[in-house]
This record gives sequence, C-alpha cells and structure tokens, in this order.
Amino acid sequence: MHTHHHNSSLNNEIDFKNNRKIVLVGNPNVGKSIFFGHFSKQYTNVSNYAGTTIDIHYGKWRDNVIIDTPGIYSVSSYNDEEKVARDVVLEADIIINIVDAVRLERDLFLTQQLIDMGKPIVVALNFMDEAEKNGLEIDVNLLSKELGVIVIPTVARLGKGFKELDDLILKARSGIRSNELKERINEILNVTKSEANALLILEGDPEITNRFNIGILSDKDNIYLKRREKVNHTVSLVVKELDKRTTFSVRIGKWSIEPVKGTLILILVLYLLYLVIGQLIARDLVGLTEGELMSKHWNPLVQRTIGSLTLDNNSYKDFQNINNSLLLAEKEYIKAKIEKNSVVIGELRNRIKVFKDKIRDFEKSNPVFTILAGRFGLLTMTITYIIGLLLPLVIGFYFMLALLEDSGYLPRLATLVDSLLMKIGLNGRAVIPLILGFGCVTLGTISTRLLTTSREKRIATTILNFTIPCSAQLGVITVMLIGRGDNPGVSKGYIILFVGVLFGVFIFIGTLLNKILPGKTHPLLIDLPPMRIPKLKNILLKIVNRTYFFMKEASPWFFIGAFVITILQVTGGLEIWESSWSVITENWLKLPRETSTAFIMGMIRRDFGAAGLMSLDDPFQIVVSLLVITLFVPCIASFMILLKERGIKEGLLVWVGALGFSFLIGGIVAQIGSIF
Amino acid sequence: MSLGDVKMGSIIKINEIRDLSTKSHLIRFGIEEGTEVQCFQKIYKGPVVIKFNRQEIALGHELAKNILVSI
Repeated sequence: MHTHHHNSSLNNEIDFKNNRKIVLVGNPNVGKSIFFGHFSKQYTNVSNYAGTTIDIHYGKWRDNVIIDTPGIYSVSSYNDEEKVARDVVLEADIIINIVDAVRLERDLFLTQQLIDMGKPIVVALNFMDEAEKNGLEIDVNLLSKELGVIVIPTVARLGKGFKELDDLILKARSGIRSNELKERINEILNVTKSEANALLILEGDPEITNRFNIGILSDKDNIYLKRREKVNHTVSLVVKELDKRTTFSVRIGKWSIEPVKGTLILILVLYLLYLVIGQLIARDLVGLTEGELMSKHWNPLVQRTIGSLTLDNNSYKDFQNINNSLLLAEKEYIKAKIEKNSVVIGELRNRIKVFKDKIRDFEKSNPVFTILAGRFGLLTMTITYIIGLLLPLVIGFYFMLALLEDSGYLPRLATLVDSLLMKIGLNGRAVIPLILGFGCVTLGTISTRLLTTSREKRIATTILNFTIPCSAQLGVITVMLIGRGDNPGVSKGYIILFVGVLFGVFIFIGTLLNKILPGKTHPLLIDLPPMRIPKLKNILLKIVNRTYFFMKEASPWFFIGAFVITILQVTGGLEIWESSWSVITENWLKLPRETSTAFIMGMIRRDFGAAGLMSLDDPFQIVVSLLVITLFVPCIASFMILLKERGIKEGLLVWVGALGFSFLIGGIVAQIGSIF
Repeated sequence: MSLGDVKMGSIIKINEIRDLSTKSHLIRFGIEEGTEVQCFQKIYKGPVVIKFNRQEIALGHELAKNILVSI
C-alpha cells in the first residue's frame, strides 16, 4: 500500500520501485533522526502520510532509498504513528533497527519482533556513552550471537560507529526466531505472501488481517509473552549493571512531575513561552512583518499596481483620499477620546461614518480592485495575514514545541496535568493542542489528530473553537484590558470578571461534553523519555517540516475565506448582514450599534474583530464585547480546518453553537450588569 | 491492592493487569505480571509513574486502579 505523496521532481532521483528500501526503525527518542541525517546527505524529502500528520522522511543513500519512520514500541496499530510505521516496515528490504543501549528490555522487544518478521536487520546499539554513564556494561558480541544479526555499537551524537554501519548495512541478515513461530508463519505463507504479514496476522493486527481476508484468531498475548521471555533472557545474559546511579537529568525529570516543584517548573516554562511567543514574536516580530513590511510597503504597492491596472486615474485618487481621510479621522477620534471632548467625539463619529460609506460605495463600484486589493483583498489582507502574521507565529510556536518535545518535558507535563484534564474528558496528551491553540486555533485543531479517540478529538476541538483566544486576538485583548499607549484599559475588577467568565465557560463546556458524549476517555499511558538537551539541527528540521505542512494545509482556506467576504462586500451582502445583527447588539448585549461590524470581522479574523472594539470606552461594555468576541465563532481558516477535521455536520454544529453561546454568555453578563 | 493505592517510593510486584490492551502495551516495555517495579512518582487522584530499570512510565489513575499489586 503506497500512500506517500511524493514530490514529482524527487521521484526522478529516488526510484522507489527498483531500488532497495532501507528503513530506519526504533523506539521513540533513540536518536533515529541523527542516523537519518547521516544516511541521506544526497537527497531528502518529507511527505505526509495520507490522512495523518505523520511525517515520513526519505532520502537516497548510495543506490538505495532510505526511509525514516515514527518511533514505535512494536509493529502494531494502536495509533496512526504505529500504522504508518507498520506499513513502511512491511515494504522494507533491509531494516536498520536503532536501539537505546540504556533501555534494552524495552527496545529489544521491537528488535525481536522485526526478527520474527523475517526481515534482514542490522542493529545499531546507540547511546553507548549514556549506558556507560548509567553504570551498564553490554556484551555486544554476545548480543549479536543471541539475536543472530549484526550489532554495531554507536554514539550517534558524535558520529561514532557510522563508518562500521555504512560498511555492514548490506550484510544485513535475518535473525534467530523460535521454530514454533517459524512453522506457524509457514502455515499461512501461501496466503500472506510475506512472513512479515503472516506474523502480524498471527498477532491479530486487524487491518492486515482484513487485507488478506483470512480467518485466523489472534494469538497476540501468547506471542508477546514468549517474545518478552526471550528478550528478558537475552538482556540478563548481555547486560551487567555495575552500579546504580541517579543522573541529574533523572532528578529534573522527577521534579517536573512533583506537584509543587512541577508547578513551579510549569510556571517557568509558560513564562518562557510568553516571552518568546507573546513578546518576541507576536509583538516585536509581527510588529515588523505585519505593521511595517506588509502594511507600509506591500499593501500600498499592491494597491498602486492593481489600481493602475483596474482603475482610472481619478477613481484611484479618490480611493486614496478617502482612505487617508479615514485614517486621519480615526487618529483624531482616539485623541478626542483621551481628552474626553464629547462634542468633537460626536462630530468625528459622523465623519468616520461618512468616509466608511464612501469606501463602501467605492468597493461596490470597483469589484475587481476590491477583491484583489481592498480591505479584505486576496493580495492585501490574505497575504498580510499569511506572511506577516501567521508565518512568524507558527514558526515561533513550532520552535517552542520542538524544544519542549526534544527535551523530554512534554510527556511529563502531560502527566502533571492529566488529572485536571480528565475532569473535562481529556487526558494529559491534550495539553499539546490546547497550548498550541493559544498560538493559533487552526494549529491546535490540526494537532488534535494526536489524540486517541474520536471522543477526545471532539471535546478538544470544541473547547479550542469555543473558548481559546489565539495569540493574535490575545494581543488586542491585552491592550484593551490592561491598556497601552493611547489606550487607558480597565480596572482590575473587570479583568478578573473577564478571565473568570472565560475560565468558567472553559470548565463548563468540557464538563458538559464529558457528561453527554457517549464513551469514556482513554486513560494516560506514556513512556517518559529521559530529559536531554535538545539538538539545534533536529529542532530546525522539525520547524521547517511542520511549518511547511501547516502553511500548505491552512493557506488555501484563507484565500477562499477572503474571497467569500469580498464577494459579499461588492454585492452589498455584508451590509445587510450587519444591519440584521444590530438588534442583538443593541438590545441584548447593550452595546453600540457599530459593534456588530466588529463581530462580522471576527468571523474572518479574530483579532480584526477584537480590534474593531477599540472604539468602546465604557469598561463594562469592553468586557462584554471582549467576552463575545473571544467565545465567538472561529476565524474563517479555523472554521475550514474544523470542517475538514470533524466533518461538515459536526463542524457546522460547533460553529453555530459558538455563535449562539457567545451571545448567550455576553448577553447574560450584560443583562446582569444592567441591573446594577 | 491496586497500583493506585501504592505509596511513593515503594517497590511492588505486579500481580494482575486486568485490561488486555494495557497488558500488551506494558509487555512491550518489559512490564508483565510478576515484574517488580518502583512507584517513582504519584500525583493525587492522578497518574502513577512507575520505574522499571531505567524506564519511567506514567499510568493514568483509571489504569493504575486496574492493576493489582503486592508489596
């Protein structure tokens, strides 16, 4: 089953059919990517396995194709990663099995399974230096004899053992397995064609069994037990524990799951996240890319070019004049607000309205210009959004995620918060999509794929799309609540009200879904890898691959979304929609009529929506409007990804639900507030 | 008693893993009925982290309750 998406130009270089396929297989965190880097110096590429977020790296080594696989504990099909690895392993001609010398009891289980599959194997015994640090002595020759395959000791980090590996790969051979298992495999070999398939069928792998339509009962427990026995026996022969030591990294790892120390470490990590993503990227870098590069250089350039192509000279000048006057009026308006000059405020409000109406007329009479270079134009807003805002944020988030992953911290964080997340129907693993959601809800929604059951995915996507404000929006919210520059902000009580209501809604939705959705949440079962200092090269590789994948997945939807909006704009549909909302805005939410425009904006881009509320000055109104916009429907890109991930029915349900819920909560707060 | 009742730091023997899927998950790590492990860390009403040789494995509360152990 070939499900790779190959880059067509690369297919000319890498011939999957006629060349030998060498596959790298190992448990998670055994340094596989360093091996892959060594073997694939010539050509490499990443493809995404169909229907998953799992990256498959492949490259060329001498005349062979070399393929990396996700880390697995055994060849089976518990989750997407295992299924992908399983399918690649089934196709392999030679397997390089990378084994963690410090954790042989665990890693040799996979080794023995690969041997049981009958595949030719070379074992790279990695982390030999760490084994020594841990007081372990391993008899490599004896291990090789016991397994029946070549075993090469390596320290991948330092490139030790790579030369021997290069020389011996093609000498890979099948290892030793029990006669009993061999016979059972032979019995069904005429149906399954390969020994590997036969083994997986005997182990009851549901998908492989289906592929061959064979009526054999799973004997997994028995095969696993016998394999375990053999591995334990091998380990007892080849490993000598000279002394027991507790390394410093073990201690840090332990602290990070202790309630008190772990919480302190978590606070430190969150602060670091805030510094890097909230300050350095969302504020400083995006200020440069969006505020300077895109708004001041790109957009005017696009408007000038498109203007000269689609408009006559006069109407383009008109457009510029109105635009400039509007910007000026808005600046004066903020100034007047600070001076609390009510006469001027009223006058300016009218002026702004006049300019906005003029712009709308212009937009309707110049549809091509509006669609390409208008306020929501495909070349203006969409490009600004993708390059100026999203790209830096996504890179920043993936950078921090890779750091957290490669250090071994994430599984410990998942362990620490597991019991809290269980209350809202999720387990510790869901901490990743939730954290990512604060960066970009679209990103968070995509990463819900790593959750095990559909129930967990459903809960996580709903919470993300209902309650989590993305970083772009958080920026505007922070300014409006705390105040900065021209903006005075609101007092502490209002901030607490805002955060409190939001948090309450988060808990409420999670608890509710946990109660009403059928089924149970899968309890956590994860292996905590040793804490290590991340390798820069690895981190960069991850950032590049993931960012590329995310942008490829999400960008088209921004264009589609913007296109829909601009069509509404030039046909006048946007205005009709806006005015139909004003009843809710004025009577139920007790907000000024214009805020409905902000809500419309919020459907396109959450931060646009929030920014549209900047003109409010009553602190209570600010809180109500921010609550509505935060609980509001996801932005157009998130919505599209939501539809893709959860299907049209469920996606629409979440969208409509969020819409109703945001007005319900905002309205309740507004109505209670109006009593006092 | 179950793994959920074990005190932090104590060495225990696994007697029975009731859930079959958990059983085959754990056997891959080298943990099966009869294995001696250490309760490395425990979070109140949360996961139990067991240590076995140089591996640490976190088991959610529900799983821990379904693993019978003795000291």
